[in-house]
Amino acid sequence: MCGIAGILGGSGKFGPERSRLERMIRQLQHRGPDGFGFLERRDIGLAHARLSIIDLETGGQPISNEDGSIWTILNGEIFNYPELRRELEALGHGFSTRSDTETIVHAYEEYGDDFVLKLNGQFAIALWDERRRRLILARDRLGIRPLFYTWEEGALLFASEIKAIREIHPRGLELDIAGLAQVFTTWGTAGSRTVFAGIETLPAGHMLIVDDGGHRVKRYWDWKFQQTFIAAPSFEDAAVQLRDLLVDAVRMQLRADVPVGAYLSGGLDSSGIVSIVRRYSSSPLRTFSISFDEAEFDESEHQQQMARFLGTEHETVRCTRRQIGELFPDFIRHAETPVVRTAPVPLMILSRQVRESGLKVVLTGEGADEVWAGYDIFKEGKIRRFWAEQPASTCRPALLARLYPYLRHSPVSNRAFATNIFGRNLLDTANPGYAHGTRWATTRRLWNLFSEDVRSQLRTAAATVDPGIDLPAEFAGWEPLARDQYVEAKTLLEGYLLSSQGDRVAMAHSVEGRVPFLDHRIVEFAATLPARYKLRGLHEKAVLKAALADLLPAEICARTKQPYRAPDAPCFFTDGAPLPYVQELLSDRSLREAGYFDAGAVRHLVEKCRAGRAIGFGDNMALVGVISTMLLHQQFVGAERRAGLVQRQRVQA
Amino acid sequence: MSIREEVKAFILQNFLFSSDTSALGDSDSLLEKGIVDSTGILELVTHIEEKYGIRVLDEEMLPSNLDSVAAIAAFVAGKRAA
Repeated sequence: MCGIAGILGGSGKFGPERSRLERMIRQLQHRGPDGFGFLERRDIGLAHARLSIIDLETGGQPISNEDGSIWTILNGEIFNYPELRRELEALGHGFSTRSDTETIVHAYEEYGDDFVLKLNGQFAIALWDERRRRLILARDRLGIRPLFYTWEEGALLFASEIKAIREIHPRGLELDIAGLAQVFTTWGTAGSRTVFAGIETLPAGHMLIVDDGGHRVKRYWDWKFQQTFIAAPSFEDAAVQLRDLLVDAVRMQLRADVPVGAYLSGGLDSSGIVSIVRRYSSSPLRTFSISFDEAEFDESEHQQQMARFLGTEHETVRCTRRQIGELFPDFIRHAETPVVRTAPVPLMILSRQVRESGLKVVLTGEGADEVWAGYDIFKEGKIRRFWAEQPASTCRPALLARLYPYLRHSPVSNRAFATNIFGRNLLDTANPGYAHGTRWATTRRLWNLFSEDVRSQLRTAAATVDPGIDLPAEFAGWEPLARDQYVEAKTLLEGYLLSSQGDRVAMAHSVEGRVPFLDHRIVEFAATLPARYKLRGLHEKAVLKAALADLLPAEICARTKQPYRAPDAPCFFTDGAPLPYVQELLSDRSLREAGYFDAGAVRHLVEKCRAGRAIGFGDNMALVGVISTMLLHQQFVGAERRAGLVQRQRVQA
Repeated sequence: MSIREEVKAFILQNFLFSSDTSALGDSDSLLEKGIVDSTGILELVTHIEEKYGIRVLDEEMLPSNLDSVAAIAAFVAGKRAA
């Protein structure tokens, strides 16, 4: 794991000189504190910040092929490198290191642009072909590792985090209003959009190729659900095959020349990963988890139970509201986007604990809920579609009472109103965002806080912000659950969980998170199975539970999914007053100068939160959204710019 | 301030964070306009119970009583008269 940065084709103030590359890569030192490496050529400069995990002696980067005509830098891991290396050596390629990175250059020599299909891993890659004067940027299939780029005066600037681009950017950055609106709908930006105008992200499963013929972004992989299941295995066989795949994914992801730990949330997914490590490897295992003072969020009882059952050396970090509030600005500096939840902050505290314990790699259970349908939003979609078939039925909406049992103020607690709320757009079942509509509407209440200026910009841009994802041609032919899963993967998973709540908070303390459930072989296998294997009636993750049943205590398998959450609005107040930085950031003056929000509206919101009257998601998300946007503005945009004319022109263009 | 005006001011300030009375019509559906969600209903009921000294029974927690400024004002007036 590491940080990468580079410049292609620049001259003058974007020339790929060493000093400029050093400025960029120094911004990414938290991602790779173990040393820098550089390549300087006439047309290109590459920079690498290293976190040593595989091949500690000779694994420095950039790495080249035998004659130095092809160079690469890698952020991430190629888990199948021993197998791939054997394959390439048999074809006559000579290796000079033991590093996983070296397989990339030889695979490119052998397979051309399809090299990326040979890689099993989580990666952001830059590859330079000196002979053909050709640069390839590639990002892993699921979007686990980040990669951003921008064009400036004909030069391509790219990096693992936006702050490295900002460091050499001539004009400084501006927030993109349509990007903000997307975050305040689906929790993250989608596709190539970021919240910064002119800065793009390479979407998951895509590559960017730049050569004499110009530049093009190409999709090389996507979630491909089946439309028919004639060839699908039986449920029992599917569970057996899934078990084998999971064991193999975990085995591969344990590959490292340093010890590997694991996060233990107390739920099925992380417990499953840890139990596989215990059963199938001899690695001693250290596990880590978060606990809270508030019973509504705390899962320590289940975590302790699992740690005892699995016999791991277990550490728990207790997170307080105070810590979350105080560390929030630091988190935003890492996340480089507004957020509507504070939940990533405890994970940043946890990665610090991991690092202080001497580890730099952890396995996590992320991804299982998306691939195997663990979230209540999938049940919500299923119940509403069932109800939509007979809209007059009163029994069908009664099933809604089964949803969200873990919430103190559940949206289904009053049946008359729940029926009304979930009945909105009931018959609009062909809408790709059908299952997500209620959640998006709740998040969008934050739009009420936008300034009149921003609102008028959004009225002209409305068509581009919802939901912002390119749907595959076959989408409409998939089962409803598959459609909901695809939308979930392209919005929340890619745009928030893997980034703000994944890579960024782990790398903040130089810790690499590995996600075995997102081994692409597992994602591809899941897509060949019918929806009923995943959501059986209203029982989530059915085939996954069957695959793990003999490894886990029955009560863990039977436990209803509890999504990971943390306290939100209360974190920003102490003794009945906002934290000093919040007070300053949300003052009428700061808000007016920045221009995004209506100062009067924010005052009402802050008072409601301060008085402890913000009990719903909408208000909590609004406060976190406003504070994070203002922090981002302060940290990345600067006081001299406001949400003004430049964005308006961009949005309309 | 009439009950209707007071209820409207509460909804504007508490859910729309606004003092602009033109932002909400008296008969606008709070649910359909996305102004109030289910936790919002709890906030609303708590408010009118405290403010007007009434008890809202479970069977009265219905959209027909609570889904617009006009409906709420009529409901509260009816309860107080009862």
